[in-house]
Amino acid sequence: MSIAFPQPDQSILARRDAILAGLAAILPEDALITSEDERRVFDTDALTAYRRMPLAVVLPRTTEEVSAVMRFLHGEGVNIIARGAGTSLAGGAIPQEDAVVIGVARLNQMLEANFADRTARVQAGITNLAISQAVSHAGFFYAPDPSSQLACTIAGNIAMNSGGAHCLKYGVTTNNLLGVTMVLVDGEVVEIGGAHLDSPGYDLLGLITGSEGQLGIVTEATVRILRAAEGARPALIGFDSAEAAGACVAAIIAAGILPVALEYMDKPAIHVCEAFAKAGYPLDVEAMLIVEVEGSEEEIADALARIVAIAEDFSPRTLRVAQSEAEAAAIWKGRKSAFGATGRVADYICMDGTIPTGQLPFVLRRIDEIVKSYDLRVANVFHAGDGNLHPLVMFDSAKPGDMEKAEHAGEDILRLCVEVGGCLTGEHGVGIEKRDLMTHQYAPADLAQQMRVRAAFDPGWLLNPAKVFPLEGRVAA
Amino acid sequence: MTLQAMSGPASADTPLHLPASEEEAAAIIAEARAARTTLSVEGGGTKGALGRPVRAAARLSSRALIGVTLYEPAELVIGAKAGTPLSEIEEILAEKGQRLAFEPADYRALLGSSGEPTIGAVAAANLSGPRRIMAGAARDALIGVRFVNGLGDIVKNGGRVMKNVTGLDLVKLMAGSYGTLGFLTEVTFKVLPKPEVSATLVYPGLDDSRAIEALSEALGSPYEVTGAAHLPVGDGRQSAQTLIRIEGFKPSVAYRLGELRRLLADFGEPAEARGESLWRGVRDAAPMASLADRAVWRISTAPGQAAALASAIRGAITGRHSFDWGGGLIWLAVEADAAATRVVREAVREHGGHATLIRAPEALRQSVDVFEPLSEPLMRLQKRVKTSFDPDGIFNPGRMYASI
Ligand SMILES: Cc1cc2nc3c(=O)[nH]c(=O)nc-3n(C[C@H](O)[C@H](O)[C@H](O)COP(=O)(O)OP(=O)(O)OC[C@H]3O[C@@H](n4cnc5c(N)ncnc54)[C@H](O)[C@@H]3O)c2cc1C
Repeated sequence: MSIAFPQPDQSILARRDAILAGLAAILPEDALITSEDERRVFDTDALTAYRRMPLAVVLPRTTEEVSAVMRFLHGEGVNIIARGAGTSLAGGAIPQEDAVVIGVARLNQMLEANFADRTARVQAGITNLAISQAVSHAGFFYAPDPSSQLACTIAGNIAMNSGGAHCLKYGVTTNNLLGVTMVLVDGEVVEIGGAHLDSPGYDLLGLITGSEGQLGIVTEATVRILRAAEGARPALIGFDSAEAAGACVAAIIAAGILPVALEYMDKPAIHVCEAFAKAGYPLDVEAMLIVEVEGSEEEIADALARIVAIAEDFSPRTLRVAQSEAEAAAIWKGRKSAFGATGRVADYICMDGTIPTGQLPFVLRRIDEIVKSYDLRVANVFHAGDGNLHPLVMFDSAKPGDMEKAEHAGEDILRLCVEVGGCLTGEHGVGIEKRDLMTHQYAPADLAQQMRVRAAFDPGWLLNPAKVFPLEGRVAA
Repeated sequence: MTLQAMSGPASADTPLHLPASEEEAAAIIAEARAARTTLSVEGGGTKGALGRPVRAAARLSSRALIGVTLYEPAELVIGAKAGTPLSEIEEILAEKGQRLAFEPADYRALLGSSGEPTIGAVAAANLSGPRRIMAGAARDALIGVRFVNGLGDIVKNGGRVMKNVTGLDLVKLMAGSYGTLGFLTEVTFKVLPKPEVSATLVYPGLDDSRAIEALSEALGSPYEVTGAAHLPVGDGRQSAQTLIRIEGFKPSVAYRLGELRRLLADFGEPAEARGESLWRGVRDAAPMASLADRAVWRISTAPGQAAALASAIRGAITGRHSFDWGGGLIWLAVEADAAATRVVREAVREHGGHATLIRAPEALRQSVDVFEPLSEPLMRLQKRVKTSFDPDGIFNPGRMYASI
């Protein structure tokens, strides 16, 4: 357990009863969770190696309730942790003992879909997939599609600026968000953006997206919805080397083709996923690309023909275009179950750095060396079009010290990402996981500027305070 | 504290700083801060007339910070020093069949300015053209910045990769901050391939509401419309024109044009136009530019409100208007006075969205809000953000809002 949490504020712990009484006075009974058993459900997120029992959990049903709770907690000087579905892989939603968790899961309604304007207004606790489901009858969808979309909330997506397999074409959360209702730390409710494009003044919407629950609590959002393409089909291309796969990605993009998805899997990932999903992946290749294009039947055939012609130059060992819906679904099932499938063969931590795609072969070689030097294994799946890597570093939690080794290997990999011109996190966020690596990517002046902006919203550092910025050297407004 | 400021607007005899390096810029800014003097920040100066007039002790231009610092076509990324001419960036990209997808506008004709727009100012103004509806805004394409803040610190944020959620996204704040938060020294943009062909369906004779219906229909189709504009009668047009643009590989464009014609059969028989010249006019608000004595407004609203909003304004005052972004963007040329300003603000409050006074005589820009007035709590946040970058208010005082 190498990531530090701040020491809980004893004066808050000592006032727990009074704080709970204060919350009870402003909330319906079933919105306040105080018993230890029930609180335990909220003591971690998807970074399960770390847990902290919160002071209390509140599950409001309205913006007004969120506002009342925040006004009260702000007055009492109590830390606040916003929570969606708790699927953060970076520990972004892990509480601390002296904090109250405000969960938005009960704010889960679709408020309005406007197909002519191509927007949807939702409560922030709605799941990502539920938005698409609510508009699919009209042929529309909400584009960013994290693999966790069945569970994760739009609130969490906004806080992490989440991406998905199709973001090469459609962008990530920040590119698909038009407005939010947000409750500031002192309970004040603000409307930022709306149903129109761009907003006057500084782009607070852009700032809030990816701010990891540190600037306010989002209770409603207006998102763009898009009409779905007529059809989509993936092709699967296997190569003898990472170099060949990387060069093929570059050649596809250089030819002016922008596939809707361009996913990469290395040999260990292929084997793990094939064993789990029976996707028909080739087992004799070193690297595999899943390239998906969209359009009408003819357009798909035309685009895939272009891609196949390009791929031929890189001596592919396998080249298969999905011939049926079932085959396409199987190809995606393998990729989308990468995390789950890996979890069946080993414990793992999922890293999330981004690199310039030109560095791909070098970085994959170095990742292999790093992981071997710790006597561990790694499977690589990632979004090849934009260089967002997800090395899954495998370890055995039954072996003492193995998880720490995996954490160190992960840190080395993230440093490598920064060294080749990339960054620590492409879509999962900093949370606690990468907090102490921030000084590796940013100089003191860079971090100080970010912290001053943070403090402009939350001068007392009450909102999710243990996250993102190193615990030492914090800057006030 | 009081800042020493010139009495008149920045003019030819206001001292001009032209730093040739980031360090030099940092030193100039640190000195200005120590002396408590203000700086008006500019690139090529072509958008100097956009915003509230700035009175500053000296000018600080990025014009001498030039050169492409990074171009990786296969990674779809270009980086350049802030003063690099936009035209140079576009040329370099075109050589590799790429472009800035958000269609940066050229407002020189509109604003009556000359000189070279710079890539830094493209970021600082966050002004996007017709393709914004499909490819995102300048702020979506901007992935990295370097700047000097009001403390004289050199700060970087974002980087050269598209997927990056490391820390707070200050890149978004810098986009559209009109030089009020910091002095941009280097910017990095995501770029996209240029399509093989671009073709436009031109529907004649639709009134505003029918036109916006047609555009919504097209934008709600699976055919990936990349431009959706409506130009009412006027500006030499005998008949209104509703424009729908499709871009891509030849066979795909041909197919999509055919499908759209079928889908929009109720809206009449369209003509077909090729190439980009039509869209350059839409992008640069050409129909407004020619009305030299009018104030020009740019209104962003929900497309479903656009026709009613425009008609509310046009019912009260004379002028000219056109639509882009499927109706979501209204260009408007009206009297340059306080009464017309009130009409515009009132209509926008009623229908939602925000209006920017893109062009007006200095006296008007001095006396009314140029950017949409903000609610009191939002204004407070904006001020705190400004202070967190520029605590002494050195940069472009009053350019966006009187109090920022
Ligand atoms: C199996 C699996 C697959 C995944 N795949 C992807 C993927 O493909 N792409 C991707 O980007 N991520 C992925 N993730 C990560 C995770 O799902 C995303 O980060 C997601 O957006 C988190 O949403 P959540 O509702 O679970 O938020 P939580 O985990 O509850 O919270 C995440 C962060 O948001 C903050 N927050 C929550 N609610 C609010 C609010 N109302 N206002 C302000 N801040 C708030 C929290 O404080 C926390 O910092 C995956 C995770 C898992 C477990």
